[in-house]
Amino acid sequence: MYLKKLSLINFKNFEHVELEFSEKINCFTGLNGIGKTNLLDAIYYLSFCKSYFNQIDSQNIKHDTDFFVIQGEFVRQERLEMIYCGLKSGKKKIFKRNDKEYEKLSEHIGLIPAVIISPDDNTLIIGGSEERRKYIDSVISQFDADYLHRLIKYNRILMQRNKMLKDFSAQKTVFKETLDIYDEQLAAEGSVIFSKRLDFIDKLLPIFQKYYSLISKGQETVDLIFKSQLLEANFIEMLQAARNKDMMLEYTSVGIHKDDLSLELQNRAIKKIGSQGQQKTYLAALKFAQYEFLKSVSGLKPILLLDDIFDKFDSERVGQIIELTADADFGQIFITDTNENRIKNALSQISVKSNVYSIEKNTIELEQK
Amino acid sequence: MTNSPSKLLDNAVYEFSKLPGIGKRTALRLVLHLLRKSEEEVNVFGQSMIDLRKNIKRCKICNNISDTDTCNICSSPSRDTTTVCVVENIKEVIAVENTAQFHGLYHVLGGLISPMDGIGPSDLDFDGLLHRIRAGGVREIILALSATPEGDTTNFYIYRKLGNLPVEITTLARGVAVGDELEYADEVTLGRSIMNRIKFEAT
Repeated sequence: MYLKKLSLINFKNFEHVELEFSEKINCFTGLNGIGKTNLLDAIYYLSFCKSYFNQIDSQNIKHDTDFFVIQGEFVRQERLEMIYCGLKSGKKKIFKRNDKEYEKLSEHIGLIPAVIISPDDNTLIIGGSEERRKYIDSVISQFDADYLHRLIKYNRILMQRNKMLKDFSAQKTVFKETLDIYDEQLAAEGSVIFSKRLDFIDKLLPIFQKYYSLISKGQETVDLIFKSQLLEANFIEMLQAARNKDMMLEYTSVGIHKDDLSLELQNRAIKKIGSQGQQKTYLAALKFAQYEFLKSVSGLKPILLLDDIFDKFDSERVGQIIELTADADFGQIFITDTNENRIKNALSQISVKSNVYSIEKNTIELEQK
Repeated sequence: MTNSPSKLLDNAVYEFSKLPGIGKRTALRLVLHLLRKSEEEVNVFGQSMIDLRKNIKRCKICNNISDTDTCNICSSPSRDTTTVCVVENIKEVIAVENTAQFHGLYHVLGGLISPMDGIGPSDLDFDGLLHRIRAGGVREIILALSATPEGDTTNFYIYRKLGNLPVEITTLARGVAVGDELEYADEVTLGRSIMNRIKFEAT
């Protein structure tokens, strides 16, 4: 699957742009603030119905105008798919597939699978455990609707239980009976979510290790360790044991909402010992693993969006990544880079079709290879 | 509604706009409509609201809305008194009645357990239900609550409360909707339907 044509009107800093792409490698080069990342974001929009960088749709409209349009022409399973996204300020966002409007945006998600690698990803390393749970959840949810359903239910029950702990009622027996029920419901959903997460990390780990050693040329060992209180004890028994504590804390102190993923390099936390370059390699390998995982469940090669990822890499690792993604295991790729020569050098080492778009204030120049 | 010429008008608009689904513009339209009607017609309108509030009763048995102490369903001799269908509110009584498939009695809880909405078990009529079952004559309780986490919590609660009583507890079947094409059924629903499949003879 690949994006053949992209057309933008009033999207972020672009007034009107029309581009045709190579079905393999496409690079956007240019100075800071010229809009390279905005082009990636437009492609992201067509896949996920929203921006990767700015969740407020109206702020993606070009200044002093009141609407934007993103249109993409994809070739998917040898059929042409026209995807349209339009937003007029103050109105509902409109999404169309082949001129037919979607009733729910969720119907579109999954049609055009994509994976983005961006400098913002480092929140996975430096952020709290919530970021890592969100990452796990978002990947599993893309191919397992039952998982998402259970997760929503779990979170809802958790909120109810926490609210109840806060309002701790004077009628003790009723209070206890209701807590018992919430415990049972949390345990029923939580145990399934836990085993699906465990299973997912189990499958992701070898793929991740493969990519890390490919990019770093096998000099370092990495590991993903899934941490969960449910690994040590039965969920329902844990809830019962923690009940008095929970009543004092006024929230639920045990459960899958405390799960975490420990990201390790040479058996130590990457957050503490990893250099910026190592952290970047780590995140890239994680996303490549996600890519391969999505590919195997959807049967399509997702579009890969690489935002400014070469910034902190040495030339050897840049070469490795280009070589890796040029392989037939990957589909269409979009890369942004401020350094035109670096990217051209890396591309000259490989023999696949590639387009380089050098973006300047009012023009976009194309060089094909 | 600033710069309005009448305080009386403002009051009426304000009262209407408190109703669910009614904004200020709609409220104004409704009030102006009433103003065009004769005084007598508006009196009938107002009086019907006052009568409703003043004279409406709750059925002593099932908690449903009624004009009399016992609602027309509970007092009907043709209903099957051995089966009781537990529902959230009056709206659900109407929904089940419209199916014309159920001939037993109801029990209206008045809501679902949801601490986030300030509703605990003590705010709902579980005692009335227990009392009815203990009084004897009820063979089956049908739990007909929404398929939401709150509905499930309430189902669980009732199930536990009734655990020791000699009564059969059933719940609504959940699965693919009648008349749905399978390819359009959502994955979660279809997945559950396969897990909880039933013997063909029973269909």
